[in-house]
Parts: sequence; structure tokens; C-alpha cells
Amino acid sequence: MTSVAATPHAGLAAHAPTSFWRKYIFSTDHKIIGIQFLFLSLFFLLLGGVLAMQMRWQLGFPGQAMPGGGILPETMAPGGVILPEYYIQLVTMHGTFMVFFAIMPLLVGVFANFLIPLKLGAHDMAFPRINMASFWFAFLAGSVMLASLFVPEGAARAGWTMYAPLSARPDLSGAGLGMQLWCVSIVLLGLSSILGSLNYITTIINNRAPGMSWFRMPLSVWSLFITAILGLLALPVLSGAAIMLLFDQTIGTHFFNPPAGGQPLLWQHLFWFFGHPEVYILILPAMGMASDIIANGSRKPVFGYHSMVFAIVAIGFLGWLVWGHHMFMSGMNPTLGSSFMISTMVIAVPSAIKTFNWMGTMWRGNLRFHVPMLNAVAFVAMFVIGGLSGIFMAATPVDIHIHDTYFIVAHLHYVLFGGSLFALFGAITYWYPKMFGRLMNERWGKIHFWLTFVLYNLVFFPMHTLGMGGHMRRIYDPTIYDFLKPYQPMNQFISICAFILFAVQAIFALNFVISLFRGPRAPQNPWQDNGLEWTLPNPAPHGNWERVPTVYRGPYEFSSPLVEEDYLPQTRKLPADREPAVLAGGAP
Amino acid sequence: MRTHRMGVTLVAGLVVLCMGEREKNGTAQTAASGSAGAGDVAAQAGATITGKVKFTGARPVMAKIDMSDEPVCKGKYQAPPTKEDVVVSPNGMLANVFVYVKAGLPATYKAPAATAPVVLDQDGCRYKPHVFGILVGQTMSIKNSDGIAHNIKAKGVKNRPFNISQPTTMTTPRTFSAPEVMVALECNVHGWMKAYAAVLPHTFSAVSGADGSFKISGLPPGTYTIEAWHERYGAQTATVTVTGAETKTNDFTFAAR
Amino acid sequence: MDWWLPVQASTIAPQIDGMFTAILIITGLAFVIVEGGLVWFAIKYRARPGRKAHYTHGNVKAEYVWTAVPAVVCVGLGLVSNHYWTQIKGRDSVPADAYPIKVHAKQFEWLFTYAGPDNQLGTDDDVPEVRNKLHVPVGRPVVLEEESEDVIHSVFVPAFRLKQDAVPGMQIRAWFIATRPGEYELACAELCGMGHYKMRARVVAESKAEFDAWLAKAAQGDIE
Repeated sequence: MTSVAATPHAGLAAHAPTSFWRKYIFSTDHKIIGIQFLFLSLFFLLLGGVLAMQMRWQLGFPGQAMPGGGILPETMAPGGVILPEYYIQLVTMHGTFMVFFAIMPLLVGVFANFLIPLKLGAHDMAFPRINMASFWFAFLAGSVMLASLFVPEGAARAGWTMYAPLSARPDLSGAGLGMQLWCVSIVLLGLSSILGSLNYITTIINNRAPGMSWFRMPLSVWSLFITAILGLLALPVLSGAAIMLLFDQTIGTHFFNPPAGGQPLLWQHLFWFFGHPEVYILILPAMGMASDIIANGSRKPVFGYHSMVFAIVAIGFLGWLVWGHHMFMSGMNPTLGSSFMISTMVIAVPSAIKTFNWMGTMWRGNLRFHVPMLNAVAFVAMFVIGGLSGIFMAATPVDIHIHDTYFIVAHLHYVLFGGSLFALFGAITYWYPKMFGRLMNERWGKIHFWLTFVLYNLVFFPMHTLGMGGHMRRIYDPTIYDFLKPYQPMNQFISICAFILFAVQAIFALNFVISLFRGPRAPQNPWQDNGLEWTLPNPAPHGNWERVPTVYRGPYEFSSPLVEEDYLPQTRKLPADREPAVLAGGAP
Repeated sequence: MRTHRMGVTLVAGLVVLCMGEREKNGTAQTAASGSAGAGDVAAQAGATITGKVKFTGARPVMAKIDMSDEPVCKGKYQAPPTKEDVVVSPNGMLANVFVYVKAGLPATYKAPAATAPVVLDQDGCRYKPHVFGILVGQTMSIKNSDGIAHNIKAKGVKNRPFNISQPTTMTTPRTFSAPEVMVALECNVHGWMKAYAAVLPHTFSAVSGADGSFKISGLPPGTYTIEAWHERYGAQTATVTVTGAETKTNDFTFAAR
Repeated sequence: MDWWLPVQASTIAPQIDGMFTAILIITGLAFVIVEGGLVWFAIKYRARPGRKAHYTHGNVKAEYVWTAVPAVVCVGLGLVSNHYWTQIKGRDSVPADAYPIKVHAKQFEWLFTYAGPDNQLGTDDDVPEVRNKLHVPVGRPVVLEEESEDVIHSVFVPAFRLKQDAVPGMQIRAWFIATRPGEYELACAELCGMGHYKMRARVVAESKAEFDAWLAKAAQGDIE
């Protein structure tokens, strides 16, 4: 494959923007865009958490006035008591904000943007202006979704999955504009994702430094590459479905509305055809970054690098074949249920491969448990629980019992929070010095980690038990049911732990903010890592390198017998290394 | 100082008196049994239209409502409650017919400001009242006396539809912004619960009682189209002319179908 | 509070619970291996002065093993699952003599229409639209003919391990055989609006004699 010609782009520094607006607001620099995504996503992560706290209040203390609930309007919580229609808005918007505006942009918007050119030795993305547009579409989408919380009838309330006909019929849901804005926002977000994917894919294929062959790319980049392809192919399906839903809501079409021939199941097929690749979008980058961090923390090469790449590609491919496992109970032809069940069982295998390879990386390593390593190992431990719980629901007869119960809620939070979010805590800490030139505080990072780890498990592990007992999802007041009354103390326990867990995140937030100004200035390579980004000053300058570096080896040469140090950067040339072939053409 | 304060008090008192007079003159009456109208104001000068709504034919038997799954409501009844689509007295009088002035008010007529809300209560898993009139802009206080989960869906066409829940004992205010006969209200948790709100730009309406009688008072002189509306048997109109303070009678008859 | 699965009140409950337990054992084993391994490695291979990591890029044989074993296990689980799945949900799996009950789902209540003594729905002896009460005879197949008036709902009886969405525009059947007399609960398991949490029905599994007696009274409008 082509590599980039190593001609220095001498005038890059001279092209650097000088005005505040061009430098920090309307920037085409991939690093600034990545940081913009970071602030946007962290805001929505906080908002998603606030919504979850309100849900947990109602579940733990049904019908009681929520502290601070007095500021909510009477249509949501009269006297601070959450109404059922507000509760299902909370459920819907918590999922929507967390999936689309927190985890996805944190993994992709932040790290694809920030890391790809840096780790490949490129000056910037292939299309910097399209990249800028990608951020601003995401910002617009987020603003629209945020605005939907404030319209008179309230926000969308059919779950983040927005099943039709409930989502298509304001007369049945009680919400009109809120549902429409959800659709508009999703279309805008889809556009943002698609533009981003274009950049990530093109840059990875075209803009690699000389010597950076495909199999010398770090796993973080591989995972972002496959993620970008998933996004490019999946988001248009969601956008299309959202437009169809918007038409059903507004101009009288009947795609999903039965009385005039529409099919509710069509929405589900379209949504989940997107939705399943989406959940792999939400985990693959986390897996990739965790691989980088675990190799670094273990001071060892990744065990089975090629298998890891194969597994990422396999997950990406198989992810298109399993969407029906969200629809086992939907009334879909049961024979389809059988085929989706088989494909779902098969997709467990590449994840198992990756898990054992992470363990293999740590095996006989020299483990340094810096904050990113703690979080990355926790990622593996928690992701495994989420993955194993998935086996239960993949087994269709068992899914009859646990579908739409808290067993599913436990599963999805183990992979998204236990998995992706812990990996993100690690990744943010790890690349913070590259972004901001300072280090986050190590001690507070460890305190945040341990408290979060313990509380997180106390909140979400018991949900497996609730689900086994038949505790349904999206239920405003479980005490209506005699068979759920005995679980109420457990619901209360979970809620209280959730409140504390949320409060503990202030440690991370404060650490993040305070370190921006008071953190110790970071040395160039604080983690003694091999990646190309660590050959640059912290923070990295506009255009990254004056002269594109040359790559001589893979990214995980830790504890190599060739050198005394326990790390060996990709760009360090040893006497035995040969120059890679430099091909003509390619952007500088 | 003292004179100054007295003077202010006198003037204030005069102002209040005048306003009171204006209010009294402006407020029309919606007398008649069964109506939860804009508060009972003493009959004023103006004509009255009165009458009875009769029912001919076989009295339909109203099915029993199965409240066995809602003990809070079931416990409020001695005898099992029945559906209230058609309520006919033993001597053939039809209740819950909404009688109102459909046309004929002078162009200069302006409805008085509503003083009190119309209370729509959910009691015994039934809406009370079942049919009622309400002024445009008047507050409807939706009250949940049952303390169990109800939702109130208003299927307005000219008015913005709404769908709200009341999971426990509480009162929620809503208003209607446009005249509409009728805005159907229903509870979806208890499918038999239905009510009908007639949103009018005036207060000249009444609901026929158990004995079929209705009375609309305080009408200015004029020729009026009066409509009698029933949820199952449709609407009938009649023309009535009044010139002063007389009482005119106009009966309606609905036939079984 | 019960830490395990609910009471088993239908013929498939023990089968589903058996699968659950088998999967729990298998995943439990995997859990112990992985989590135990992680903790053991974290302690045993922690950095200490003078230590060096063992430089290796992997082991192909190990890869084959830990690819093949999960693959065999997963495919095996899949085959067993499919066996029960077709038995429960297969279109031809509904017993011919199953007693039909129509389930009309609507926001926010369940209306059950019982076939009369002729065991056929759509005839004059049906007992129509009993609200939120599902009576079933023990030991006899019952098929629920599900339909929805408005949005997607889902019939969920935990004790029977029964779940099936009711989709507007579709007629979907779900069958079961109750084994244990008693009172259970039915919940809606698909978000259907603000009253979703209130869509509760009482399920009574009783002897044929008790069921017939109840049905006769219900036909008179006398529903307890």
C-alpha cells in the first residue's frame, strides 16, 4: 500500500492560524477538533449521568419528592415527584445522550481525531475542513437534542430505541415536537459520523509515514479503522430510518404505522441493522486503546498482535450479521431467530480471543499499574463479565425470560461503562499530556479508579439478579407488582450506590480541570511508550512534525533484547535497521 | 396624614365596589342540574330556556364495569357500577345531554372572565362530571381523588391534544384555547372512563340531569340555535327566540337505535 | 428477596432454567479463569526492581486452543438452544388441542377473550374482554392469540417463562402449559407509553373444574 513521501512540509508552522477563532473554535487541526469533541462529550456524559440519577431516585424511592426536584416544571415533576411521562423521557434521553453524544464521540470523535495522524506520522487528517465540519455537525446535533428537553410537551420518550408506532404517533405517546427533534438530531449526528469516517479511513489508508505498514499500526488505529468503516456503513441506515420516522410523524407517511399498511417491525430491523454495528463502534476503539495501554503497562508486546487484528476485523464483519438478536421476542419469524442466534454465538469467539490475548500480554510482564493501566485492566475484567452475560441472552430460550429485564441493563452497562468508560478513563489520562502538556494527578487518579470500580460493581452487578427475577426495564414504579416488591430494598441499595458513584466522578472532573492549569508539566514521553506521538513535544504543535518521521518497527517492542531500555520507539533507528521503501506521490 | 389615608381607603373602596358591580353584570349563568359550570351565580336579568330531554324506545341495558382489578375503585360502590354511555331514567328521561347555544349571540357579546376552575374529578374510576361545559381559557382542574394511576387523554381537534398521567392523588390544571364541541377525554388505564368537555366562548349551556331537565338562563334578547348533544345519539338543534326576561321551553327527544 | 429465578409454573420453565444454569456454569468457569488469571498475573508479575518482562509476540498454539474451545462451546450452546427454541416458538409448535385465549393489548390494559365451551374463538359462546385477568387450566395447553390496538406491547409471565411481543398489525401466537396451580402476575415487557408500568394482569392457574366454574360466572358478567 502507498506510504507518504517523506518530503518535509517546511511551511507548516508558517500556515498555523493565529486568531483565537481560527485556532480554537473553527480549527481544522485534528488535535483541536479532538479536544473540542472531548469537551462536548464530557458535557453530555455529565448530562446523561444527571438524567440517570433522577431515574435512580424514582426507582429507589418511588413516588417520593426528589431533592432539588422543585426546579422541574409541573409537567415533569409536580412538587418534585417524578411523573411517569417524565420518567420515560429520562430513560430515553439518558440512553440517547450516553450512546450518541457521550460514548461514541468520546471514543471516535476524540480519539480517532486525536490519535490517527499522530500515531501514523501524518501532519493532519486527509480532509481537515471536512473534519471541522464533522465536529460542528455533532455540536449542532447535540444542541438540537438538548433543546428537545425544553419543548412544551417534553422530550422523546419511546426509549433510545424509539420503537414505532409509539415513536411515530404523538397521540399515543403524548410527545410531538420532542420526538421530531430526536430524529432531526440523529440525522445531523449521522452526517457528523459519516464525515468523520471518511477522514479516518482515507487518512489511515493514504497518510501513513514511510515504514508504517499495515501490520506496524498500533491496535488503537486498527480498531479505529474498522470502527470508521462500521460507522460509514451503519449511520446512513439510521439516518434513513430516522427520516422515515420523521415523515411518519409529520407528513402522513405510513412506513411504520399499521392502519395504512405500515410495519412496526421494519423500524426494528432498520434500527438494529444500524444498532448492532453501533455497539461495536462503542467497544472496538476501547479495545484498541486498552491494547496499547496494557502493552505499555506490561512492558511487553501485545500477545498475538496478528490475531488481535484478525479479531477486530472479524468482530467488525460479524457485527453485521447479528442484529436480529435484539428482536427475538418481536414476532419476527422464529427461523430467523435461529439464524441470528447462531451468528451471535459465533461473534463471542473473537472477543474471547482478544480477552485471552490481553491476559497473554500481561503474563510474565513487568506490570506497572499507573492509572491508565489500572483502568485498562479493569476494562478487560468488566468487559468479560458483560461479554459472558451476553451468552445468556444469545441463547434464545433463556432470552425469553430475560429480554427486556434488568439482566439486559446489567449486560449493556457492563460493556459500555465497565468496558468503554473505564477504557476511556485510562485513555484520557494516558493521552492527556499529549493534549494539554501536563499530567493528571496520579494519586487522585488512583482514588477515583478504586472508588469507581467498587461502586460501579455494586450498582450494576445486582441488576443481573433483578433481571433473573423478572424485573422489567423502563418501569416507573416496580412496586405495582407483587413479585417485584421484594426487590425494592435492592433497588434502593443500587440507587444509593449510584448516587455515590456519580458524586465520585467529581474527582475525575476536578482532576481533569485542575490539572489543566496546575498539573505538572509533562515530560515528552511520560509513559515510556513506543508510539510516534511520543516523539513530539507536549502538547503537540500544529502540523505535528516538521519532517514526517520514518518507522522501523511495530508499536509494541517493549523489553526488546535489542536495547537496554524496556521500550523501543517505532521511529528509533538501530544500526541493523534498513530504510523502508519510499514510494513516489502521496501528500506530504 | 389621617385624612390622606382615609381618602385613599374611600377611593379604594369605591373602586372595589364598582368592579364588583361590573363583574356581577357581566357574569352570565349556567344553571341547571349536573353542570359543573363557572360557579353558581345568582340569576340575572335575561331570558331563560328550559326543557326536558326525553328518550323513546327500548332502554339500552348498560353493561357492568369490571372493576375487580381495581379494588380502590370497586370499594367505592355498593352495587356494581355500570357503563354510563346512555343514562335513561325509569320514566324515559335522558341524562347527560349537553344543551347549549350554538349560534345567535350578539356580535358584541363578550364572555365573562371565569372566576373558578371547572373541577374534573376521577373518583371511583369514573370522571365526574361525565359531560360538562367550560369557557375558552378557563382552568380545568383535573383531580385524582382515587389516588391510583390514571391518565387523562384529551382528544382535541381544534384544541391541542394532550396526554398526561396522574400516578397518585394530585390536581393538574389545563386550559383549552379554542371553542370545540366536544373534546373527548379518556383514561387508557381504565378503558371505560370517558368524559366530554364542551369548550365554549360563552356560559349559556347546561347538562340534562337524571330527570332529563335542563335550564339556560341570562340570555340577552335574540334568536338562538340551541343544540342538544348526546355521546351516542348525536345532536339535534332547535331555534328559540327570546325578547326580554321570559322563560321559553323547548324539549328534545332522542330515540333508541 | 429471591436471588434465583422465579417459581417454575409451566412445562418449559424447568427447561429454560436448566439452560440458564448450564450457561451459568460454563460462563462461571470462564469468569473464574479470566478474573482469577488477571488477579494472579497482577500480583505475580507486578513490577519490581531488577525484573524484566518476558519478550514474546505470542504463541500460535495457544491461539488455536483458545479459539477452538470457545467456538465449540458456543456452537454447542447454539444447537441446544435451537432445540428448545423451535419447540417453544416454532410456528408449527402450537399443540392442536390448545385452548385459545385472545389477548387484546392496548394502552394501558389487557383484555382477554376466552373461547367458550366450544374451545373456539370468534363464536357466540366466547367470554369477551375480561380485563386484566388471565385464568388458565393447569395441565392443558393454552395458546394466546395476541394482538395490539395501538403500539407494541409484550406479554410477560415470569413464572411461566413466557414472553411474546404483541405488535399492531400482526396476529402472534404464544403457547404454554401451566403446571402449578396458583396466582401469578403478567407484566407488559415493551415500553408502550406513560402507563406501561401499570399494565399488570393477574394470572390464575387452576384445575379444570375451577376454571370452568370461573368461566361460567364470567360469562354472566360476574367477574371476581
